[in-house]
Amino acid sequence: MLSLSIGEVSAALRKGRLSATELCRRCLNRIRKTRHLNAYITVTEDLAMKQAQEAELRLTRGKPLGPLDGIPFSVKDNFCTENIETTCASHMLRGYFPPFSATVVQKLLDQGAVLVGKTNLDEFAMGSGSTDSVFGPVRNPWSYSVSYREQSREQDPDSDWVIAGGSSGGSAAAVASLSSFMALGSDTGGSTRNPGSLCGLVALKPTYGLLSRHGLIPLVNSMDVPGIMTRTVHDAATVLDVLQGRDEKDSTTVESAYSPSSLPEEFDVRDICVGVPKEYHAPGMSAETLAQWGRVVALFERAGARVKEVSLPHTQHSIVCYHVLCCCEVASNMARFDGLQYGHRSKVDSSTEALYATTRHEGFNSVVRSRILAGNYFLLKQNYDRYFVKAQQIRRLITEDFRRVFQSGVDVLLTPTTLSDAARYSDFIQEDNRTRSAQEDIFTQPVNVAGLPAVTVPTALSSRGLPISLQLIGQSFQDMKLLTVANWMEQQLDFPIIRFHDDTDQERECKLGS
Amino acid sequence: MAASSSGSSTLKRTLCTFIRYRSVRCVRQCNASIRTVCTSGSTSQLQPKIQSKGVSSQLRGVVGLEIHAQIHATSKLFACSRVAFCSPPNSSVAFLDASLPGTLPVLNRRCVEAAVITGLALNCTINRKSLFDRKHYFYADMPAGYQITQQRLPIAVNGSLIYSYFGGRKRNQVLSRCVRIKQIQLEQDSGKSLHDDQRSQTLIDLNRAGVGLMELVMEADMSCGDEAAAAVRELQLILQTLGTCQGNMSEGQLRVDANVSVHCPGEPLGVRTEVKNINSARYVARAIDYEIQRQKKVLENGGIIVNETRAFDSKSGTTIPMRDKEGLQDYRFMPEPNLPPLFVYEDEASVPAGVNPTQVVMIDRLKAELPELPGVRRARMVDQYKILPEHSFTLVNEDGLTEYFERVVRNTKAEPRKVIGWVMKELLGNLNQQSLKLAQSPVSPEALADLLNVLESGHISSSAAKVVFQEMWKAPEKAVEQLVKELDLGLVSDREKLLKICQKVVDTHPEQVHVIRAGNKKVLNKLMGAVQTETKGRADPVQVRAILEEMTS
Repeated sequence: MLSLSIGEVSAALRKGRLSATELCRRCLNRIRKTRHLNAYITVTEDLAMKQAQEAELRLTRGKPLGPLDGIPFSVKDNFCTENIETTCASHMLRGYFPPFSATVVQKLLDQGAVLVGKTNLDEFAMGSGSTDSVFGPVRNPWSYSVSYREQSREQDPDSDWVIAGGSSGGSAAAVASLSSFMALGSDTGGSTRNPGSLCGLVALKPTYGLLSRHGLIPLVNSMDVPGIMTRTVHDAATVLDVLQGRDEKDSTTVESAYSPSSLPEEFDVRDICVGVPKEYHAPGMSAETLAQWGRVVALFERAGARVKEVSLPHTQHSIVCYHVLCCCEVASNMARFDGLQYGHRSKVDSSTEALYATTRHEGFNSVVRSRILAGNYFLLKQNYDRYFVKAQQIRRLITEDFRRVFQSGVDVLLTPTTLSDAARYSDFIQEDNRTRSAQEDIFTQPVNVAGLPAVTVPTALSSRGLPISLQLIGQSFQDMKLLTVANWMEQQLDFPIIRFHDDTDQERECKLGS
Repeated sequence: MAASSSGSSTLKRTLCTFIRYRSVRCVRQCNASIRTVCTSGSTSQLQPKIQSKGVSSQLRGVVGLEIHAQIHATSKLFACSRVAFCSPPNSSVAFLDASLPGTLPVLNRRCVEAAVITGLALNCTINRKSLFDRKHYFYADMPAGYQITQQRLPIAVNGSLIYSYFGGRKRNQVLSRCVRIKQIQLEQDSGKSLHDDQRSQTLIDLNRAGVGLMELVMEADMSCGDEAAAAVRELQLILQTLGTCQGNMSEGQLRVDANVSVHCPGEPLGVRTEVKNINSARYVARAIDYEIQRQKKVLENGGIIVNETRAFDSKSGTTIPMRDKEGLQDYRFMPEPNLPPLFVYEDEASVPAGVNPTQVVMIDRLKAELPELPGVRRARMVDQYKILPEHSFTLVNEDGLTEYFERVVRNTKAEPRKVIGWVMKELLGNLNQQSLKLAQSPVSPEALADLLNVLESGHISSSAAKVVFQEMWKAPEKAVEQLVKELDLGLVSDREKLLKICQKVVDTHPEQVHVIRAGNKKVLNKLMGAVQTETKGRADPVQVRAILEEMTS
């Protein structure tokens, strides 16, 4: 039953075929069983059981709060959760209990969803592998799948496990390992879509401004959006409807009045024009990913959709532009961590300056520190025009590229999400965080620069038995339309449910649930 | 909702005391930083050339001001926490004020309106679109590590302020000047640090953190302390009239930094220093004049002026170097990504579709509500009541005094020019003597008008009226007529009686009579005075003069 979609499990809860407390207990057991994945930083067991009991009461009375009542979920540990430790996977915020919850978290709680835990990430969401966390790296659940183990030459799964992707790797691992039915990630350069793709999930990065960022500990304010990870596109649409809308605590949000609340019943793929950007044929793309891309393009064509090649000429500069803007905002956003009011405070206190310096040195890892250093360099008076202003100009050009393509009649763009399937951890860490981020974010990151919605959908398993996914990019605030196309695509693809090589009860559970 | 309020109480529990940390403030470091500043400052600007000692007299001061005015509003610039002075430390701190991670700024419309109103009153161009920026520096009482301000595109620009002051040799000439207002920008105030050097601890209070400020930048159009102080006073009065800032300098609601340099007229400006820590208008004048003299002396002795920040020490009346933030720091300005551009609209017609007109700031609406400004009011006073310009200043400067004066005028037959004398001399004299505010005056404008009517009717003399006024002050419940009767102050106009008294005076002042007869008619006033002394000021002066003239002719 743990591998069901939200839609299915919600129906089971309403019909009384399943109790909310039982469901919650099973998820908590599952978390315990999958500890080795390191998906969770904090498990909120007591709170979850309490919430589940309340949900159960409502469900048995036949008065659920909504489609998410009683559904276990997890949240990336860079969203504030009231009185629940929120660490950003950093020594800096260890032991920090925020006095308020992020708006998106609160909205889920208000709908009766059951919070089971806070998930692991790259420190302050800076990374693309979920390997740079103070709590250690996240393992991709597919490392333990039947499909991967059968292909792997290694006998010991602990020696050749693959990364979950990042930075929201913990959230992806939580949903993929079946201990959460949905998870919140954050997406600044691809941090929700990348792990979603590597873990075989549907991962939505909504339009910038559609979801509140209040309570999301920022990486890059002008690009961050809360991301939604689920097992089906339909589930993503359900969660999106709950979360979208203006929040007076976030001045960059807009009213979603013109965004429909669910996927349309009627959809004809022949009305759709799919753009395929030629610049996305990037060096380093795996043959299998390329093949999947071709396969899905053909799927659309065969079904009667219009498919055309388009050009996004400035996309190639996106990574460099992102690097500059990201470092600048990081330098600024991280300035508040001085150890005075919350979080880590160094014992060195020979002067205020020394206290600041050692607190920040001890509190941040080298990735965070190097971005702060670079950002402060870019923002210096003598460098500002050469870096920040230039990057902003390029940002506008990239946005303009997308706008032009969509104006030409294209409804969605179809691209790969990542270059290939998940890398082995031992291979991945051969390169540093900055190099990896530049490589891994290449297809996802221009979308953040332009503020557009994008969703990744798993298409098939690679020859290694690992998920390969493709990305659909939509027009601003056309998130539901984007999901409609994604939903159609998902239905054609029939991506398999994960099966664990050491899990005997899973099959039995599946049968029970359906 | 319940969840967030319980959260706020948690923060209060943790914050409702000072945030404390150990700190050792190192003197050597401070000196080192100033040295760094010396070298960078001296290369960027010209030093006036001094050929001989005599030249220093040609040096003129050049003064510009940067004024931070705390916006009078119930809540802070970007948070819903209350603006509260004198409340327990850290008792009015929103999550944003403490810069908890994940908090976002939400602009307070009242603060925008205050800046627009102020801009309009100072003849500024109101930018229809303005932007917010982050200004970075580490300071314990600025918890985010940056201040949100308006560096690139402020809300108001290119204004002017006309101010007047008493100048000339005897300081009795009203001199009028104009200073250009470069810009008005909205920004956040910082918290307060209290250094406990004994225990080498710093205590931080964030009640003030995030309070809305208007930073007004006045161009270097002033030349001395008197001008600057007058400009500050005029601004203070305007802000108070508008209600956009309470303007109390000693409480830090209005903070003035002065940029001071000296040069020979016609030559490029000299290196400037910034003088901070000035907390009254009087000190503005003293600090600037001291700094101008100091710079002159330095140059005279062949030294150079260092671009530095200096603090005014009110005890010694001098300025002393302080740790320089500007020279050392690169503020690494960056656009504030969490705030969309701030739009202000001309009128309802210019508000775009989809935007709720009740939620935006509209210039024409605010313009219509502007009160009479001090300059306009002073001109009206002089024009309408024919009073002296210096009196118009006093009327406008003292809160409510114009209204008091006008109410007296409305209720009396006495000439406004006579009324003003009473208001200036008797009323203000008594108030000042007892350090009372106008609102505390025991004599109401109506009562004063009654008194002046009795005086006008010729029933009492003006000196008797003054006695009555003092009695009214002591016993405000008694009517004027009653006091006149009780004190037996009615005018003596019985000719027989007056003749007798006058004769007696003439007899006892033979020398004066002689002088008058010799042609010096002015001395007659002495005899008049003697008669009034004799009658306790009750003699009808017109009759007395006539009688005395007759007797001494």
